[in-house]
Amino acid sequence: MRHIISILIENEAGALSRVAGLFSARAYNIESLTVGPTEDPTLSRITIVTTGSERIIDQIIKQVDKLIDVVAVNQLTSDLHIEREIVLVKVKASESQQREDLKHLAEVVNGRIIDVTTDTYIIELTESVVQIDSFIAALSEHEIIETVRSGVSGIARGGNVCTK
Amino acid sequence: MDLSGGDILIRCLKDEGVEFLFGYPGGAVLHIYDALYKQDDVKHILVRHEQAATHAADGYARATGKPGVVLVTSGPGATNAVTGIATAYMDSIPMVVITGQVATSSIGSDAFQEVDAVGITRPCVKHNFLVKDVNKIAETMKKAFRVATTGRPGPVVVDIPKDITDPAIKVPYEYPTAVAMRSYQPATAGDPELIKEAIALLLTAKQPMIYSGGGVVLGQASEELRTFVRQLAFPITSTLMGLGAYPYNDDLFIGMLGMHGSYESNMAMHDCDVLIAIGARFDDRVTGKIAEFCPDAKIIHIDIDPSSISKTITVDVPIVGNVANVLQEMNKLLASESKPDIKAWWKTINGWRSKDCMAYDRNSDQIKPQRAIEIVHEITKGDAYVTSDVGQHQMWAAQFYGFEKPNRWINSGGLGAMGFGLPAAMGVQLAYPDETVVCITGEGSIQMCIQELSTCLQYGLPIKIVALNNRYLGMVRQWQEFFYKERYSSSYMESLPDFVKLTESYGHVGIRIEKPEDLESELKRAFAMKDRLVFIDIVTDQKENVYPMIAAGMAHNEMHHSPHCELPQDPRRELA
Repeated sequence: MRHIISILIENEAGALSRVAGLFSARAYNIESLTVGPTEDPTLSRITIVTTGSERIIDQIIKQVDKLIDVVAVNQLTSDLHIEREIVLVKVKASESQQREDLKHLAEVVNGRIIDVTTDTYIIELTESVVQIDSFIAALSEHEIIETVRSGVSGIARGGNVCTK
Repeated sequence: MDLSGGDILIRCLKDEGVEFLFGYPGGAVLHIYDALYKQDDVKHILVRHEQAATHAADGYARATGKPGVVLVTSGPGATNAVTGIATAYMDSIPMVVITGQVATSSIGSDAFQEVDAVGITRPCVKHNFLVKDVNKIAETMKKAFRVATTGRPGPVVVDIPKDITDPAIKVPYEYPTAVAMRSYQPATAGDPELIKEAIALLLTAKQPMIYSGGGVVLGQASEELRTFVRQLAFPITSTLMGLGAYPYNDDLFIGMLGMHGSYESNMAMHDCDVLIAIGARFDDRVTGKIAEFCPDAKIIHIDIDPSSISKTITVDVPIVGNVANVLQEMNKLLASESKPDIKAWWKTINGWRSKDCMAYDRNSDQIKPQRAIEIVHEITKGDAYVTSDVGQHQMWAAQFYGFEKPNRWINSGGLGAMGFGLPAAMGVQLAYPDETVVCITGEGSIQMCIQELSTCLQYGLPIKIVALNNRYLGMVRQWQEFFYKERYSSSYMESLPDFVKLTESYGHVGIRIEKPEDLESELKRAFAMKDRLVFIDIVTDQKENVYPMIAAGMAHNEMHHSPHCELPQDPRRELA
């Protein structure tokens, strides 16, 4: 099963490597990992997408929580939540028909063309992982030059907050 | 008065009540050594290798319950210390290890004797710190001691760049009485509802088992455990790490469990209907085959570390808390309850017990290692501090010494680090100069830290080294005999030193025992030399094996047995 783990951690040097090192040392999967500052400058938020049985997810949460620098760890996928990922796709767009098709496709999924050259487009899309996967699949008729995905960010719905 | 970083560091140790600092100097810690030179409060013990510094601090911690403290230099000083840090980590031993580091301006430049000590030790410490500001030393040391000694204990590394201890830079010093750590709040009391649930389950048991571990020793809960067990009159087994928390010679104690545990304890584990694990972590050497572990049991688990709960074995009643607190609560509740009648269960267990699974050949013309351990027990009246190295001798010591008190059995259970025994014994002997300290070892293990004989002379440590010398890496040889059709690949020890002469050259006494008839008298002679270190080189039967044995991945009821007891030798043959 796929799960999103949201971690609040002290904003100290090496904090990310403690979490990443734990995952590799205990052979847990990381599908994606994002890290960034929070509204409190002393804390960072790490969001990890992982897969594993219920027992493994339970262990991941306990082991992460055991790290001294970790202030809070929550499993977003256990409750209502919103998840988003950004993808930037550079595609070949040198012929006018191709350019029309890509523009249409981007509009349909609420994506934006953010860079244009004589023979390329860069399309930006912010969506759930599933939507991004299907958008990339839909681009298969075109020539993708480069794909850059941000990894997942997630937040609990409503008034719920991912803290201790 | 303002102090330099080096002086502050040593003052922190003094204010923390540290008696001994086990260490080895080098470039990056010279300012700290200079600070040490100027005071008498913290006694520095100069080892001969940094691995020994960590093991000695570890042995001190295991015997006293106080944190062990280490000081090593950067680079190789730090890497040599890693084995001892990992040993302490695996067995949850409180330890603070100060590693020197190159100056902050040189970090990351591949400077002389530079390693990323924080990075290298990260997976084998409870936590580590890099101190980049002289004003942060005191606070960091307070945090280090707090983290190392509370909750599930463990080693903490504090990496200090050389410029931070510069004698020219002085700042005000005050040792904090407490430090706030919003992200660190270890559990103490167990959930009262779950404790009640556990009591209810225990009272319904027909075939109960108490499985106690190293957490009882670390949590200083031996008294609470004894009350608990005696109230219920349930059978109790112990892990390797928990030996001594419950006295071996009490009728309710049915021996160690696991790979080299007793027949009766392993059979009872397999057949029990309610199991209570107390400060034990379901290690693979204990569980054997996970799928067949206590197949019919409801399981209660008391542990201070939430991540130990349901890690490998799913438990029914998880109680996260300090073992002593939880057992106190349980003892109160149990006092007014009528206890279940388990006479039939005891009859079954006593039937298993009567098979004498630890039997060995007492008429051999060669020295049997088991007999040597028994005699050491008799001479020391079972009251010595016993450290061990790793291998067959470790298992025989665990099986045959017989521990009545906690903190007396000191061995590297989790990591299984050969070389642990002698330096650990140094730490114990320093803590308790008037007690008998025995290091039970083999000719393989002892050579991994043999250089510490020199440290023992310097500090006058009268350790008794009992080396069971079978000219083999015995446990490796045993596995090769059982599982590799007797292909003894690199397990024979050739070109051994003359241990008597070697010991003498270090300024100690060496004794070699070759005949069974000399064993008792020579051991007595050795132990009578109260103020001398004596190395007793005992030439033992080369082919003796440790029994019973559950092969890795087999179930508790699938044990190999000694040809000298009435149980089947090979479980596979019996099952076929």
